[in-house]
Amino acid sequence: MSAAAAVFKREFAAYFATPLAYVFIVIFLFAMGAFTFYIGHFFDTGSADLQTFFGFHPWLYLFLVPAISMRLWAEERRSGTMELLLTLPLPLTSTVVGKYLAAWAFTGVALLLTFPIWITVNYLGHPDNGVILASYIGSFLMAGAYLAIGACISASTNNQVIAFVVSVVVCFLFTISGAPLVLDFFRAWAPLALVDAISSFSFLTHFTAITAGVIDLRDLVFFLSLIALFLAANVVVVDLKKSG
Amino acid sequence: MIEIQGLTKSFGALAAVAGIDLTVRQGEVLGFLGPNGAGKSTTMKMITGFLAPSSGRVRVSGHDVETDTLAAQRMIGYLPEGAPAYGDMTPRQFLGFIAEVRGFTGAAAKDRIASVVAKTELDPVLDQPIETLSKGFRRRVGVAQAILHDPPVLIMDEPTDGLDPNQKHSVRTLLREMAPKKAIIVSTHLLEEVEAICTRAVIIDRGRVVADGTPAELLARSRHHNAVTLVVPTDRAAAIKARLGTLPGVAMVEQTPRINGSDVELTAFPKGGALLVEAVSALATSDNWNVKELYAEAGRLDEVFRAITTHDAQRAREVRA
Repeated sequence: MSAAAAVFKREFAAYFATPLAYVFIVIFLFAMGAFTFYIGHFFDTGSADLQTFFGFHPWLYLFLVPAISMRLWAEERRSGTMELLLTLPLPLTSTVVGKYLAAWAFTGVALLLTFPIWITVNYLGHPDNGVILASYIGSFLMAGAYLAIGACISASTNNQVIAFVVSVVVCFLFTISGAPLVLDFFRAWAPLALVDAISSFSFLTHFTAITAGVIDLRDLVFFLSLIALFLAANVVVVDLKKSG
Repeated sequence: MIEIQGLTKSFGALAAVAGIDLTVRQGEVLGFLGPNGAGKSTTMKMITGFLAPSSGRVRVSGHDVETDTLAAQRMIGYLPEGAPAYGDMTPRQFLGFIAEVRGFTGAAAKDRIASVVAKTELDPVLDQPIETLSKGFRRRVGVAQAILHDPPVLIMDEPTDGLDPNQKHSVRTLLREMAPKKAIIVSTHLLEEVEAICTRAVIIDRGRVVADGTPAELLARSRHHNAVTLVVPTDRAAAIKARLGTLPGVAMVEQTPRINGSDVELTAFPKGGALLVEAVSALATSDNWNVKELYAEAGRLDEVFRAITTHDAQRAREVRA
């Protein structure tokens, strides 16, 4: 565990040692605001809740989270530090988990910095803060799931652009796997059970359920097990690359 | 300390390492030589557990690198090719990270860091981001990181590459000081480095060991071993060359013009490795040759190297065929 902590600390500090963290946070906050107020017409809805705000999260994460995850492993490979990292006496699982948690904590910081909008709704009306808290938790979990997918893809290439593009596509499929675009493709030939299984992978469905104000155990389990699955895949990918 | 048995590594059809057996003991400094692409770095990557071998095994201080990876890695200090380090960190932060990973905390970590910083003379740049450092400092950060936990086994991929002569000297001094208590493998292209610090030289070519011995043994394979070279004025060269040829131990004499034009280098090669220097200098004195320089050659490592390894273009052609 101390090994994972050492990797986490190094990685988390690295975000703030470069302009990456500041650029990301500024763009994240700016985009959140722009979407909520201009596209979501936050004020015109006239209701004291953050539904419009959270509604844009999956779509923003779709592009911003792969921007974080793309460098996670690809950068280490390109700069050669991968060789240093993997020859230190660290269990591979600790390295994978430490790096992942640092990236997740970083997106958590960006998400927390959206707090002015929470102050705004509380100033203007009387929102249900329980629902807002649940939505923040749901949003954080969903960001974690996107990150886990992106981290695994980043481990399989040393090209950050490829890591980004592939991550966006895979994340997109997970986001909308409940939509006809994806389901129609499978309906023609796959058994109903498989189609149902695919549709249940939809991030949108699970996230919407949480933003309605109910943290259902099934939604939690969904996101957490998806994260665990992709981290396990991440370990396997890094290990396979050792065999050249 | 390091036992390598039947080690191979293939990347697709290319056999980068084609069966290496080596044992390196405590107190040995093994110079790993070979042309680019001969398999030096690949072998080092397998010893340190970064790459998995296609077959064969590596044991470090008794720990199998593949099955007991972490225990083996604890015994090793490794400087990878190009001395990679996290550019956004300062040497102080970076060494702090390495110390933490190596299990040192608090005062112990501070002591370790202070000790390697002193050994590698990093103190003037401790708080500058590594990416802004000169090549020499960056390489020393890599060396510092490798020796931080005072490992019994050191694997260094070109530790003096890109260093100026002063820096090379200090890294070599450092390695020589540590040598008695460690098993060290150093890869290098610099043949003078082998003569300066290595107790043993191994030349690999096309993934195989093609020579293994002390630097002196390798030098003895050189055509120049025990040859004598004289520098004499050009106008007297022909006469001296003829006289040298009459000495009983001399097999042949070669003539090379010096760059200044007024002098000529004559090299007398011995028959069957005989010592020539006394006979030649006696003759030079008695004949009053006006010799400007006269020295016995120990042998030329680059000559041995060229004789037993292949050119990269030739290797590439063979792979394609």
